[in-house]
Amino acid sequence: MRNTSLNKVHELAQKDSRVVFIGSDLGVGTLKAMKAEMPERFFMEGVAEQNVIGMAAGMAMDGLIPYVNTIAPFITRRCYEQVAVDVCVHNLPVRLIANGGGVVYAPLGPTHLAIEDFAIMRALPNMAVVAVSDAEEMKRLMDASLDWKGPIYIRLAKGGDPVISQPTDDFKIGKAILRREPGRVLMVSTGATTERCLKAADILAEAGITAGVLHMHTVKPLDCEALKALVPGRDLLVTVEEHLLAGGLGSAILECLVDCGVTLPKVKRLGLPDSFTKEYGSQDSMFETYGLKAEQIATTVRTALA
Amino acid sequence: MSQESAIRQAARQAEARPLDNRSKHLRRLVVEGLLGGGRGHIGSSMSPIEILRVLYDEVMRFDPAQPKWTGRDRFILSKGHGCLAQYALLVDKGFIARETLGTFCKKDSILGGHPEANKIPGVEASTGALGHGLSIGVGMALAARVQKRDSRVFVVMGDGEINEGSVWEAAMSAGKHRLSNLVAIVDYNKIQSYAFTDEVQPLDPLPEKWAAFGFDAIEVDGHDVEALSKLFRELRYDGDKPTAIIAHTVKGRGVPFAEHQPSWHHKNKFTDEEVRAIAAALEDA
Repeated sequence: MRNTSLNKVHELAQKDSRVVFIGSDLGVGTLKAMKAEMPERFFMEGVAEQNVIGMAAGMAMDGLIPYVNTIAPFITRRCYEQVAVDVCVHNLPVRLIANGGGVVYAPLGPTHLAIEDFAIMRALPNMAVVAVSDAEEMKRLMDASLDWKGPIYIRLAKGGDPVISQPTDDFKIGKAILRREPGRVLMVSTGATTERCLKAADILAEAGITAGVLHMHTVKPLDCEALKALVPGRDLLVTVEEHLLAGGLGSAILECLVDCGVTLPKVKRLGLPDSFTKEYGSQDSMFETYGLKAEQIATTVRTALA
Repeated sequence: MSQESAIRQAARQAEARPLDNRSKHLRRLVVEGLLGGGRGHIGSSMSPIEILRVLYDEVMRFDPAQPKWTGRDRFILSKGHGCLAQYALLVDKGFIARETLGTFCKKDSILGGHPEANKIPGVEASTGALGHGLSIGVGMALAARVQKRDSRVFVVMGDGEINEGSVWEAAMSAGKHRLSNLVAIVDYNKIQSYAFTDEVQPLDPLPEKWAAFGFDAIEVDGHDVEALSKLFRELRYDGDKPTAIIAHTVKGRGVPFAEHQPSWHHKNKFTDEEVRAIAAALEDA
C-alpha cells in the first residue's frame, strides 16, 4: 500500500507540475525513479518533521501540492502545531501520508504506533482523514486527492493487505462504500478492519445472522447520509477500528447519529482501550489481544444479540 | 558570553538618537493600534520598525492593488505578536485603511493580536505560534525555485522566538538547499516575555550559530536606516547561501520609558495616564 501510494505521487507529479514530494528520512531508495526524473520536485529533509510540515505549507501557499510522507506518529503528534497552524488554519492542499497507521509497527512498541491519529487529526478543522482498505483502493484515493481543496491525512495499512475493493466502487473522499447489505446487524469499519468485518460477516452468515459491512474509508468528513440510511431498523450497530475507543471512528459515528436524531440500536464499539500497548508481536497478534480478529468480532456480535 | 560588539553597543545607544519623521510617523500608527485595542505588544512592535520600513520602502517588490501578484517578494512576520509594526507599514503602503487601526483586537476587526493571512491583504502567513515562519519561508523560497520565479522571502523573527527548536530545523534546511533567496532577520532586542534573553535563554554567539547552519550571518544596528538600506542593497540574492541578519534593536524604541523594559513587552490594559504618556513620549523621541 505504501509503495502504491508513493508510486502514485510520482505518477501524479508526471501529469501535474504542482505536485511535489517531501519525505523526512525514509528508507533507502524511496521514490528513486521520481528523484531521478524530477529532482527539483523531490525533497528528503531529514528527521525534522516540524520543518517538513512548515515547508510543505509554504510551498502550498505558493500553489504547489505537497505530498508529505513519514511514519504515522511523527507526521501527527510530533508536529501537531505545525499541522494545525501552518496547514489547517490556512486550509492548504497538503497531503500527509502516514506509514504504519494503527498497530502496524507492533514490534517497535508504543512510540511507533498511531492509535490516536484519527482522534487528533479529525479534531483539526479543515482536515480530511482517510484510511483505505487495500492497495487498489489507495490508487483511487490518490487520484481523488489531487483536486481535494484542503489538507488530507492518509493512513497507510500494513501492505500486502488482501484486495477487497472493486473498480466499480465509485470511490469518493467522504462517501462510504457498502460492502455487504445489512440485516439485523450493521458493522462499520475503516482501513484494515473492513477485511476482518467481511470475514466476520461470513462467519455470522453461517450461523444465520445477516450482518452488513459499511466501509467508512473516510473518517472525516464522515458520511452521515449513509449512516442515516442504514442504521435505523438494525438490532445492533458495531463499529470496528484499529484505534483507541477515544475519539476515533466509533466516536465519530455516535456523534453523527446523535446529532442527526437517529434512534440508536444496541451499539458495540470495538477498538483499543484507554491504554498504551504493553506487548510487541505483530499487527495480527495485536488485533487478537484487542478482540479485532474476524472470529472475535463474530463472537462479540453473537453475544450482543443473545 | 561573547564580547559585546561595536554594533551591539551602538544599538544599545540608539535611544540617544532622535527619530526621523518617517520612523516617528510609523510609530504613531503603532500607537493608534495600541490605543484602538487598549492593549498590545508595544515593546515588540516598536523594535522592528526600521527593519520593516527599509524592507517595504526600498527592498521588497509588491503591489498593494494586487496583494497576491505572483512576482512579489514574500514577507513573513514570524514574531506575529509584533504585528502592529507590520500593520503600520500595511496602512502606510495602502494595503489597509488607516481607520482600521482603531479596531485592533476588536470583535469584527480584520486586525487581531496576531496577523491572519485570510483576513489582511499583504499578510502571507498567519503567525503567532512561535517558530513557524522560517519553515514556511523555506517552503516559499523552494516554491520560487520550483516555479522558476525570482521572488525573495524575508522572515522576521524575535529573539525569544528562536528558542524554538523548529527554527533550527528550518535553518538546517535553508542551509542545505542554499536558499540565497531567503533572508532570516532576527529582531535582537535582548528581551523576551519573562526577562532579558541572557537570563531566560542566552543566545550568544548568535551570528556564529547562524553561520554554522550555512548562512551568511551579518550583524547590523537595527535602527540605523542607512546601514539597513546598504545591507539589503548589497545582499547577493542569487548567491549560494541564505542570509541571516542579526539586527540589534531596542525593545520599545521610541517610547523612552518603555525602552529596555521587560514589563513593556506586552500590556493588556493601558491606563489613561499611560496612553497620554505614550503619545507624548513618542512626539519627543
